[in-house]
Amino acid sequence: MSDGASAIGVLALQGDVVEHLAALRRAGAQARAVKTREQLEGLDGLVIPGGESTTVMKLLRRFGMDEPIVERVREGMPLWGTCMGMIVASRGVEGLQQPTLGVLDVIVRRNAFGRQNESAEVDLNVPVLGGQRFPAIFIRAPWIERVGPGVELLASRDGHGVMVREGNVLGTSFHPELSGDERVHAYFLAMVDAARTTQRTIGKRSSAA
Amino acid sequence: MEQTGTDTVKRGLAQMLKGGVIMDVVTPEHAVIAQEAGAVSVMALERIPADIRAAGGVARMSSLELIQSIIDAVTIPVMAKVRIGHFAEAQVLQSIGVDYIDESEVLTPADDKYHIEKRAFTTPFVCGARDLGEALRRIAEGAAMIRSKGEAGSGNIVEAVRHMRAIGDAIRELTIAPKEELVARARDLGAPLELVTAVARDGKLPVVLFCAGGVSTPADAALMMQLGAEGIFVGSGIFKSNDPKRFAKAIVDATTHYDDPKVVADASRSLGISEAMPGLDVRKLADSEMLSSRGN
Repeated sequence: MSDGASAIGVLALQGDVVEHLAALRRAGAQARAVKTREQLEGLDGLVIPGGESTTVMKLLRRFGMDEPIVERVREGMPLWGTCMGMIVASRGVEGLQQPTLGVLDVIVRRNAFGRQNESAEVDLNVPVLGGQRFPAIFIRAPWIERVGPGVELLASRDGHGVMVREGNVLGTSFHPELSGDERVHAYFLAMVDAARTTQRTIGKRSSAA
Repeated sequence: MEQTGTDTVKRGLAQMLKGGVIMDVVTPEHAVIAQEAGAVSVMALERIPADIRAAGGVARMSSLELIQSIIDAVTIPVMAKVRIGHFAEAQVLQSIGVDYIDESEVLTPADDKYHIEKRAFTTPFVCGARDLGEALRRIAEGAAMIRSKGEAGSGNIVEAVRHMRAIGDAIRELTIAPKEELVARARDLGAPLELVTAVARDGKLPVVLFCAGGVSTPADAALMMQLGAEGIFVGSGIFKSNDPKRFAKAIVDATTHYDDPKVVADASRSLGISEAMPGLDVRKLADSEMLSSRGN
């Protein structure tokens, strides 16, 4: 494992990939688009962007990327899903038989705030980002219907969960990559740094033993 | 603070569709096939462009019952078309909750001079363009997404290539134009200076650019993506082929991996002996039969 800037992949099967790559770079990471199993190698963290969850889940399966991602996340690689990405990461979708990766122990409700006419910009209170509200952009956004015991609720809108974390997995209903405010990206990069430190410590211990 | 209908959320939905395929569908069953194949969105309409072309007469907004049945059948966003300039049709589509409105040359224009003032709407609009000036005029009117026009229902990619190249070439030219030329360039393009200046600075349109009009094979989709399209509209190409399920999936795969010829080859091979839609020689179409020349 190399020192220096973290290598973050953005899943590039479909969606707003370049927006995430740009925001990650502004926040100080090395970011690259990931479209194949092979490109998952050597990543310190992975972002699943906004897009269409039915499309991306099918493509993950068709191109054999679903299992390797689940494996890497279970080994500790941080994962962040925005909107579609959170749906794909979740344990399931309320009322639909939609396959997901099941690495984030939440049930989501799709298009929960409404269709496109209800898509909105909202000043959101996100305590982990500090006192200043976050300019959150919701587009046909899901909310979090139910959470498992290990899940931390980080932000809510109108009483519905819209940002959660379970260990190394982060989920947001909204799109920080469109906000021009990199605080959520910085928060995720801090998760990645912490995971790299842990991995290094484990590595040192096992080589000492 | 909570604001709907902003430029950011209108343009944002198109950003979420990037890298994907939007398919024309005429029944809820088609819509389900499209979603199952991996479409990011469907365009609900009564007749696909090839059939509109064959039927002649006046093509209008589709029946609301049909559009509603398609909205109810899928979870992906649903788009629908209105006639150029027909803002009352657009008001109706907005009121039933369509996700994107296509002010489309495929339908018979309602206004031969003016397009809809699209800023007045909460629902975002996509519009067609043959060149950069046309694209920027539509954006100035409030379009949140642009598609190159191509020639809908022709099964012939040549017009789509012409329009995508025209847009790309004009953008590249602007990026190297000296500052003192921008006012004259804006005049020649027939577009507002502020948009021309933004394109010269960014080297891209301020909204997402898809390709439409003539895509009928996986290789067509890969070609258009390599020419700079950020996603693909397929109209007649899927449901005028003789195996819509396979064509839909193959075009999705080729759009995703447009830069990997092996995947495009696999997608093409998956079609076996299925046949693409029959194509038209657009040079033999009379001017009055060209859909792309409607609206400017």
